[in-house]
Amino acid sequence: MTPRRQRMLAVAIVFVGVSIAATLVLRALDMNTMYFFGPEEIVKGEAPVDKAFRLGGLVVDGSFHREPGSLEAIFMVTDNVEIVTVSYTGVLPDLFTEGQGMVATGMLRADGVFVADEVLAKHDENYMSPEVAKMLEEKGHPANAMDTLVEDPT
Amino acid sequence: MWTWFHKLASPPHFYRTATVLEPWLFWPALILLGIGLYGGLIVAPADYMQGDGYRIIYVHVPSSYLSMFSYVTMAVASAIGLIWRMKLAFCVAVACAPIGAAFTFLSLVTGAIWGQPMWGTWWVWDPRLTSQLILFFLYLGYMFLRQALAETRQADRASGVLAVVGVVNIPIIHFSVEWWNSLHQPASLSKLEAPSIAADMLWPLLVMILAYQLLMLALLMTGIRAQVLEREKNARWVGELIGREGRGA
Repeated sequence: MTPRRQRMLAVAIVFVGVSIAATLVLRALDMNTMYFFGPEEIVKGEAPVDKAFRLGGLVVDGSFHREPGSLEAIFMVTDNVEIVTVSYTGVLPDLFTEGQGMVATGMLRADGVFVADEVLAKHDENYMSPEVAKMLEEKGHPANAMDTLVEDPT
Repeated sequence: MWTWFHKLASPPHFYRTATVLEPWLFWPALILLGIGLYGGLIVAPADYMQGDGYRIIYVHVPSSYLSMFSYVTMAVASAIGLIWRMKLAFCVAVACAPIGAAFTFLSLVTGAIWGQPMWGTWWVWDPRLTSQLILFFLYLGYMFLRQALAETRQADRASGVLAVVGVVNIPIIHFSVEWWNSLHQPASLSKLEAPSIAADMLWPLLVMILAYQLLMLALLMTGIRAQVLEREKNARWVGELIGREGRGA
């Protein structure tokens, strides 16, 4: 084997070795790198109890209301499979609307309500002018179908 | 068949080629940057959800793409340098590092500025954001490692191995939004189906990406020329070059 081939092999081994190591590490970390849990996982009991975690999903249309006389916002979040009720007291980001995605950090209360202490809006990868969005809506293809937050209904 | 390759790999020859190429990359980059910014900030319509705030995409996406492109270039050049002991390949790798670090920094900063109004936070430890931050540290690590080693040959090898090892981070950055639940939205451009950006918003973005790409290559030529001069400072051709240019000035 010529020295050059030896070096080529060494570089290839380093590259393959690091790739395998990274794959194994990422697989082992899988649960920890889950940025958020969906309502289905929470209902199934896969989400941590007594520990803060993140909940991600779409805000159910028509579910948002504020408790009279307080800043507490109550809304429901879905992945098109299950629904979880969320309670949050504080200022919501501009992009937070019904039908759009959000990620909340908080804990599950005994009655199954998710009490959030932070709510972030998750926007989608679709970019279009308001006119186009309106046209899509009229044709029955809502522009904000967020495939990364909801399960495929089929 | 390989003569052109060997010729290109000779430092004086590449120095001259880079000198000729530089303005042909730099000026078109500036012109395209102007067209892209005009298209993105003035011609393109506002977004249906994000309003005018989405326009930071015209800086954020090209910077993010170039931050990864520069790293892959650096890693491939380092591998070529390690295997074929080619001096010029290390010059390319060294020149890539500060350019890539700058694009990564720009990508992180514009992302944070976008995240504050849209998500409601400057920063989250989301897989996409975290892996991009690691990319930034890889660039810094590469540059500091070179600084720490006084001997060029030693610095070339050690930093070359670091560059090759770090390339594993690139697919992680790209696929992080698919592999894990993430706050960062998935890719809009590199989908196999049609891009999910309306055509009147898309063309300025593509122009901006091309402009950034040309700008990166122009800066790379400058960086490589500086590296070649630094390494060959005792060579006769450099002396002749300086003497000639000195007389001309």
